[in-house]
Amino acid sequence: MTDDKDVLRDVWFGRIPTCFTLYQDEITEREAEPYYLLLPRVSYLTLVTDKVKKHFQKVMRQEDISEIWFEYEGTPLKWHYPIGLLFDLLASNTALPWNITVHFKSFPEKDLLHCPSKDTIEAHFMSCIKEADALKHKSQVINEMQKKDHKQLWMGLQNDKFDQFWAINRKLMEYPAEDNGFRYIPFRIYQATTERPFIQKLFRPVATDGQLHTLGDLLKEVCPSVITPEELDGVKKNQIMIHGIEPMLETPLQWLSEHLSYPDNFLHISIIPQPTD
Amino acid sequence: MTLKSCCPAMPNSLLWAVDIFGRVYTLATAGQYWELCKDAHLEFKRVSAVKQCCWGIACDNQVYVYVCSSDVPIRHREETYENQRWNPVGGFCEKLMPSDRWQWSDVSGLKHQQLDSLVLPSPHWEWESDWYVDENFGGEPTEKGGWTYAIDFPATYTRDKKWNSCVRRRKWIRYRRYKSRDTWAKIPSQDDPKQLPDPFNDLSIGGWEITDEPIGRLSVWAVSLQGKVWYREDVCHPNPEGSSWSLVDTPGEAVQISCGPYDLLWATLWEGQAMVREGIDRNNPKGCSWSIVEPPVPENGIMHISVGVNVVWAVTKDRKVWFRRGVNSHNPCGTSWIEMVGEMMMVNVGLNDQVWGIGCDDRAVYFRQGVTPSELSGKTWKAIIANRENDRSHTGSSSSLLSAGCFFGDEVRGSGDSLGPSDTDTSSEAERPGLLPEDEPCLGHGRPRGEEEAVSSVNREGKAQGTAPAELPWTNIDLKETRKTCAHSASCFAETPSLSSLGLFPMGLEEGYGADDHPLWAWVSGGGCTVDAHTVLKWFTIQSGLSASMQTLSLSITPAQTAAWRKQIFQQLTERTKRELENFRHYEQAVEQSVWVKTGTLQWWVDWKPHKWIDVRVALEQFTGNDGTRDSILFIYYMFHEEKKYIHIFLNEVTVLVPVLNEAKHSFALYTPEKTKQRWPIRLAAATEQEMYDWLALLSTSCSESRRIQGRPSPQAIWSVTCKGDIFVSEPSVDLEAPGHPMPCDQMFWRQMGGHLRVVECNSHGVVWGIGYDHTAWVYTGGYGGGFFQGLASSTSNIYMQSDVKCVYIYENQRWNPVTGYTSRGLPTDRYMWSDVTGLQECTKANTKPPSLHWTWVSDWYIDFNISGGTDREGWQYASDFPSSYHGYKTMKDFVRRRRWARKCKLVTSGPWLEVAPISLWDVSIIPGYEEGSKDSIALWAISDKGDVLCRLGVSELNPAGSSWLHVGTDQPFISVSVGAFYQVWAVARDGSAFYRGSVSPRQPAGDCWYHIPSPPKQKLKQVSVGQTSVYALDENGNLWYRQGITPSYPQGSSWDHVSNNVRKVSVGPLDQVWVIANKVQGSHSLSCGTVCHRTGVQPREPKGQGWDYGIGGGWDHVSVRANATKAPKSVSQEMAQDSPSRTADPEEGDESRESSFSNKTMLVVHAGQEANGSAVTC
Repeated sequence: MTDDKDVLRDVWFGRIPTCFTLYQDEITEREAEPYYLLLPRVSYLTLVTDKVKKHFQKVMRQEDISEIWFEYEGTPLKWHYPIGLLFDLLASNTALPWNITVHFKSFPEKDLLHCPSKDTIEAHFMSCIKEADALKHKSQVINEMQKKDHKQLWMGLQNDKFDQFWAINRKLMEYPAEDNGFRYIPFRIYQATTERPFIQKLFRPVATDGQLHTLGDLLKEVCPSVITPEELDGVKKNQIMIHGIEPMLETPLQWLSEHLSYPDNFLHISIIPQPTD
Repeated sequence: MTLKSCCPAMPNSLLWAVDIFGRVYTLATAGQYWELCKDAHLEFKRVSAVKQCCWGIACDNQVYVYVCSSDVPIRHREETYENQRWNPVGGFCEKLMPSDRWQWSDVSGLKHQQLDSLVLPSPHWEWESDWYVDENFGGEPTEKGGWTYAIDFPATYTRDKKWNSCVRRRKWIRYRRYKSRDTWAKIPSQDDPKQLPDPFNDLSIGGWEITDEPIGRLSVWAVSLQGKVWYREDVCHPNPEGSSWSLVDTPGEAVQISCGPYDLLWATLWEGQAMVREGIDRNNPKGCSWSIVEPPVPENGIMHISVGVNVVWAVTKDRKVWFRRGVNSHNPCGTSWIEMVGEMMMVNVGLNDQVWGIGCDDRAVYFRQGVTPSELSGKTWKAIIANRENDRSHTGSSSSLLSAGCFFGDEVRGSGDSLGPSDTDTSSEAERPGLLPEDEPCLGHGRPRGEEEAVSSVNREGKAQGTAPAELPWTNIDLKETRKTCAHSASCFAETPSLSSLGLFPMGLEEGYGADDHPLWAWVSGGGCTVDAHTVLKWFTIQSGLSASMQTLSLSITPAQTAAWRKQIFQQLTERTKRELENFRHYEQAVEQSVWVKTGTLQWWVDWKPHKWIDVRVALEQFTGNDGTRDSILFIYYMFHEEKKYIHIFLNEVTVLVPVLNEAKHSFALYTPEKTKQRWPIRLAAATEQEMYDWLALLSTSCSESRRIQGRPSPQAIWSVTCKGDIFVSEPSVDLEAPGHPMPCDQMFWRQMGGHLRVVECNSHGVVWGIGYDHTAWVYTGGYGGGFFQGLASSTSNIYMQSDVKCVYIYENQRWNPVTGYTSRGLPTDRYMWSDVTGLQECTKANTKPPSLHWTWVSDWYIDFNISGGTDREGWQYASDFPSSYHGYKTMKDFVRRRRWARKCKLVTSGPWLEVAPISLWDVSIIPGYEEGSKDSIALWAISDKGDVLCRLGVSELNPAGSSWLHVGTDQPFISVSVGAFYQVWAVARDGSAFYRGSVSPRQPAGDCWYHIPSPPKQKLKQVSVGQTSVYALDENGNLWYRQGITPSYPQGSSWDHVSNNVRKVSVGPLDQVWVIANKVQGSHSLSCGTVCHRTGVQPREPKGQGWDYGIGGGWDHVSVRANATKAPKSVSQEMAQDSPSRTADPEEGDESRESSFSNKTMLVVHAGQEANGSAVTC
């Protein structure tokens, strides 16, 4: 791998092998076989699980079917988080495939948003992109785009069309040549150990002295508890994970934002405790 | 908002400035630090810079010129003639008749000129060698010691002695070389002390755009302390010092002067007005008269003035800055003054009418941001806060400490600063005899430099520690608030007006400066500094030590790419894919792949007559094969006699997509092998340019994908350039050079590379160089894409901004009539009075537009004197009638005349190219192959735009740009060079003869001497190309010649063999394969100009080949096959070799019949005017 373009492809084509099993208490007419699927890391659960839904509905009575939802080891899975983020945050360092339990009953209202149709996902996805561009370019790029460009972004994600998506998305990743990066980096930091959903603050890619900010700088600033002196000495307590990999703390944040952002243009960073062997 | 993801490659040019201590600094456009002038012995009060040199007035009141070093020497040829007469006793001897010329004379014979009477003009010159006899006479070598013979003096000389030759003469040559480069060379004083101008007060140089002749001509103007204006005569590239000062009369006492790049010249007068020079033109660069311009406000006279091409900026005595509205060549005085924000000590207009100034308060250098051709007054002043080079250690250490996460203690700071004050700094205070004597008291209050440094660095570190403001603001200085201090400085000025803004450092402001962390400036000159709206400068932020080191990044490997973090991400992603996918590939994909169709509405140039554009619906269907490859079909749906029809093109059959831009249509042409044979591509046009590029980029990417071609071209790739400067590259297949049945070259797939070039040359080690229309040299960076290829079709790194400048020409035509002489009223049958070269198209100054929307005008229309045939003083060429051959003088038989007007336009694009500054090139050639694993550098030869022969040192695969030029001396300008295998170097001189360079080897890269090789009879050569053993040359009439009789022991060969006519360019490759650009080629549908052709039947025993195979065209202008050393597999080639006789028996392919068909086609042009429309790119 020699070109940064390849990173975009690798990120886009990241897949998580998943085994879906129907929750034991669901009433079925015959036994439900588990369903195996490769889930795109960058997509959303409810967007890519039509097949799963069909598979399990076949063995169920029509009247027992209400809105589908997913759960992993007791945690309801938020469909509005990208799949890769859910996996990194909850299930990294576990054996593959990822075992997800499928529910059709008792929707956990306090944990999950309803997802009545794909329009809901589209609306959520587009609002994330717009928020990200507000941070990056004061919304100038997204606002200059035409409706069909917005549609192309969404269709690209929905149909897993890398070229289609990036033909438009590259415009969102540009910045004026006289600046050294975006205005602010759109990021969200998730911690498996806290109640707080995520941390999001204003953070610039370039320091006032012209130095590029790194991933380490960001964490020091917005999440200092993670960067402990021991951490610097090499005693790792936490894993800082994006797309299933742990970039070095020296990695420039601007580069990360351009190459490791999810399609919603956010860097979703998971902080999970270092597994004890 | 203009967004750019690629970083620009900037030619490094310099901004010159003088600080208040008289030290001269330069700041590079690509740099971040002010660097002390290399020759720092002198202190200066004024400097005026252009690209190649800088003139200055030093504190000893002498004028100095600093000629920047270059790999090409400044040489001047001295010549004198030795004359002899024949007498019956002694034969030819030096005894001449009393009525004859001297035995030694100049060319005319009127001036006595002995060898030793020619002396060096100043101590800054040295002789290159001793005198020697010129043995070259009009492109032919002479025998017998260079003698040429005639009946008598003066007469026509011939190289052969005849029975009636009574006199003979020969030319002696000696070169002198200017040696004082990168140093301040004192301009010698004149001999006559009465003529000596009094000490100079101001000086300004410019005027290089007034005329191209002589090369590098400069106008150097100076103002003496007594207020007189002086002009330096004969300053040009070969004479950087000029010859003498001449006085120019003025209506009053001048104080300061400013000379623009073109014909603007303004000066300020003691009384506060400005005077403007009128009548400056090519024939009279000194101008003829002055007119007066009143200051904007009567009570505050103009103190300082600076002019560009179309702008005048002024500073009045109250330090206010003014912009003069409506200034241009026709109205050098302009119309009115506009007050600008900001108060300045001085302003300086540089290249592209960009403006710099020195702040009144802070003595910082400000750059005017947002100056564009449409907005010449710019937007805001922005302070340049680059540090000086000697400050670098401070920032360097502090940033490294910062990154280590330490905090600074006093101790650290102290030790760093102790390095600060250097010897020169303290001594400069003491020994400053000539510098601003009137200012001494003011300066006396200034702090010693060391202290000032310490304060500034404390301040800087303080900033680094604290939470500095979140964003460095765009300093829009509004100095009107600092009224108090300004009033002070203004009064200070009023008392010493003769000093103007020179190095003035008012006392009252001292405290203000102490805390500043920038140097204090007295003067700035941007005349050598290339900046335009696209340039990204690093002058406005304090750069850390880290990014400073990034500057020295090498071409092929950027530190960022080798960074550990990047490697780690690449590696982890690979591991992740392995971990998460390897064992689960049998799982079903969540999202099924489907066909992606792009549809749209375009216009199509129909195949049938009458040809016209019709609206069509277009759809691109992409599908993925079972093996994961992708292919696409392009459907074009159209209506024919109210019936729905469609055509479809498999993109894997498309051979090339060519953008065709003109002001009327945004279109592109699509070729398949069949369409290439027909010379009739499919042409499609979009409503907007953006839409056209979207389609073009998508189709190009799809074509490359279907052929599985991606990334950078291979080192063997064949490169070509169209007449529009578009660059195409093709991967040669193994059978392209198969001896028997080579792959037909109309099947070659060409893909476009970003950038704009006139010439591209390559070799088989991936070294590729290009030359732009403006003669800029470029080296290929290893990237791909750029231009309209954005995002995924383009590499992320190695894409840089590229610009090019070319001229658009129109012709002014006039007819003579007995009453009024020449008028612009022609006969009814005449051509348009303003037309293109053919006279068929009307082209007026007003309606002529740049070639496409990408080009913008960068000059006004000007008369072009450099046209073949010559012109008179006003640029006219005369002929008996239109169309005819023109000459540069009027005769009795001439009833019509024309002159050519030119206007420069500029293109800014991007591509995988980096500029090889600073020498502009005319031609370049790279050795096709060299020993694998050899440590020797790759031989690369070039011709500069001035005709110098150059040899590049240090070229390698890793450093394709090489390191420096080695100048190879010649006795005349050259136009073409080629370096073939075994270091055979051939070149063509401007007189049309060829030269072979002897003894070129890795150890002696420039060889030892030239062997003169006469051109074919009555032909002037213009290009040469050397392959493995074959040498081909091309003459001005399109004839291609093969050099016969070349052997290792006699590499010059014996004679020229005619091969073909109708050839425009030739490229001979490392397999001795011969490719040309043919002038005109007939297809089954239409005719095309500029076609890539491949010589067939070239074999070791038959190096001249037998026929031509036609490839892509028209509109192609250049091809280089010098990288393709891919031989066909042995077995195939042997088999094919047996086949070949039968093939060559085919009369169609025979040499002679081909030639006759070529000439037929030349005839065809006249009839084929309309059909030629079919070509994608017209030449």
